[in-house]
Amino acid sequence: MASETTLTAIPTGVVGKQAPGIWGFNGSQLIALLVLVAALALAPFFLYPVFVMKLLCFALFACAFNLLIGYVGLMSFGHAAYFGMGGYIAGHAAKVMGLTPEISIIAGGLVGAGLGVIGGWLAIRRQGIYFAMITMALAQMVYFFCVQAPFTGGEDGIQAIPRGKLFGVISLESDMAMYWVVAVVFLFGFMAIHRIIHSPFGQVMKAIRENEPRATSLGYRTDDYKLVAFILSCGLAGVAGATKTLVFGIATLTDVHFSMSGEVVLMTLVGGLGTIFGPVVGAAVVVGMQNYLAELGAWVTVIQGGIFVACVLAFRRGIIGELGNWFKVKL
Amino acid sequence: MSFSRRSALLTGAALGVAPLSRARAQANTIRIGVLNDMSGPYRDISGPYGVACTKQAVAEFGAQGFNVEVINADHQNKPDVGAGLARQWYDQGVDLILDVPTSSVGLAVSQVAKEKNKAYINTGSATSDLTGAACQATTVHWMYDTYMLAKSTGSAMVKAGGDSWFFLTADYAFGHALERDTANFVRAAGGRVMGQVRYPFPSTSDFSSFLVQAQASRAKVIGMANAGADTINTIKQAAEFGITRRGVKLAALLMFLADVHALGLQTAQGLVLTESFYWDLNDRTRAVTRRLLPHLNGAYPNMASVANYSAALHFLKAVKDMGVAAAKASGTELVNRMKAIPCDDDAFGAGSIRVDGRKLCPSYLFEVKSPAESKGPYDYYKLLGTTPAGEAFRPLNEGGCSLVRS
Repeated sequence: MASETTLTAIPTGVVGKQAPGIWGFNGSQLIALLVLVAALALAPFFLYPVFVMKLLCFALFACAFNLLIGYVGLMSFGHAAYFGMGGYIAGHAAKVMGLTPEISIIAGGLVGAGLGVIGGWLAIRRQGIYFAMITMALAQMVYFFCVQAPFTGGEDGIQAIPRGKLFGVISLESDMAMYWVVAVVFLFGFMAIHRIIHSPFGQVMKAIRENEPRATSLGYRTDDYKLVAFILSCGLAGVAGATKTLVFGIATLTDVHFSMSGEVVLMTLVGGLGTIFGPVVGAAVVVGMQNYLAELGAWVTVIQGGIFVACVLAFRRGIIGELGNWFKVKL
Repeated sequence: MSFSRRSALLTGAALGVAPLSRARAQANTIRIGVLNDMSGPYRDISGPYGVACTKQAVAEFGAQGFNVEVINADHQNKPDVGAGLARQWYDQGVDLILDVPTSSVGLAVSQVAKEKNKAYINTGSATSDLTGAACQATTVHWMYDTYMLAKSTGSAMVKAGGDSWFFLTADYAFGHALERDTANFVRAAGGRVMGQVRYPFPSTSDFSSFLVQAQASRAKVIGMANAGADTINTIKQAAEFGITRRGVKLAALLMFLADVHALGLQTAQGLVLTESFYWDLNDRTRAVTRRLLPHLNGAYPNMASVANYSAALHFLKAVKDMGVAAAKASGTELVNRMKAIPCDDDAFGAGSIRVDGRKLCPSYLFEVKSPAESKGPYDYYKLLGTTPAGEAFRPLNEGGCSLVRS
């Protein structure tokens, strides 16, 4: 019992007082959440549903990544491995094994988390740049595995994956049906991350981010906390990858390639590190650019690079971080 | 910075409302979407040139009682971006998607076309699965595939005297398939395979030890079962080792005129490769090249860019034949009509489309000229052999396509 009280009490002191609110959301976050839910409900009627679904999958991926870098301070450079592998597993489960979409998504998440156990167990032994390099090396190993393994289809990928029937009953072939499933998966993941951050466990995560030796001196086994956070992040990345695979009906090397690991860093940075809503906005910006600027041809990558530089130089807190700063609220 | 809450909110609201307008399809307009790589490794092969060739086809087709609109986008070689754009285009009234290099994207768009019952002509992807196991009633595959490349380079090369081969193979599914197919054709034509070496893919950039091994086998031909940057690196390093100067032929299994131009004749001379179009082949190809040149920014057309010209022209003929309303109604019917009427254009000559979606055209084996032999701009190839249209591609019953009734 004694340890439980320290769990809640001490880290709160480390990071400052929590504002009261509903489910751990403070007032401004609650408004932002309502805006987000309203946007989710209205988006498919104004924007192209498949585009919004893609955006949500990447938003969940970025949120999962942000859980690590924004709240534990661990910079993973290999998150594409968990995202892409989740996609491959879901694709294989849905196409070859004929499983229903919800089981395929769960399978993708579990494999992402499973890989996270191995990756995290190795990587958390080192810090800073060494941590990043280990995660990147492991991700490259996963990439090479996907190039060679027979079930991934090499550079053609797994194609023509059926969306199937939810719970074996509701057909997801129509884009709107699929949209609501993706929206629910996204909201579930988003709320889960929010819950994790605002749990006593999350308080310890933040304590580790602020000052790891001090957290250790307070009696926390920081390695265990870091490992669990890593696994949670990888599992959610796997869920995001699996959902994306079902939306498009394809799983390919693009999603395990290291440039995808870079893209998720970009999304999180543009949106705002360590903010709950930042990665969602960042994903919207990056995916929106890829989609709406496709007609400009070669300029997509140039503009992406420009935005990254502008972000790092001019507003380092990211879009949501700067907004929160202007309005003096925590988003 | 003076930036009030109110102005921030107003700006946000204004930005939110702005993108609500959407393009609407007009009843009498046929829309062609060229989806290809405008910024990555395949840009110079088709990219902006493929778009220009499509526009030229539309201009030559002229006014036939309906409008034609050409739009284009960059799929960034990402299957999800490509499939997403394809869905969006088809939903917004695009009647044909054209080009689509990169096999994974090409296959993904084929699925979307089937789902939306819209026409799709792939000219850019090499995978023979598009007319094999993954064939669709809405898909036509133009110009080339891996089978045709392997057959032409493999058997025509043996006939031209290159009867002993050594393979340099990228160690992944695509490389293995190319090596296997080509080796079979070499053996079938009476040639011998002296051996092969498989190098790690991706990320091998030093091919010297593999090239020395290939040279030591005393084979007359070194077959490069790889693509893109690997092929380019192999050719450059082979030139440095002087392999081609000693009479050994390098055979590239996937290469275009644009790549030869980028390498330069000094490096690429003696290289053997297969294309289904070369601008200086005959009077008709020279004529179409003359018409295209003003639109290509100084580059010459190769088979990938000009295939868009040929395919768009044939598509428009089929649309005219069946009427705009019927063409818009069903992609399957439109593609059936394309299969029913004969193809004929200046780039690929007379041809036809098979029931599995395969467009038939002859394939040509070329050797790259030495700098001394080259007389003018883009005068790069000499013809070594021709495989007629009927024999160039995989026999209909061997592809495993469900549209073929046996």
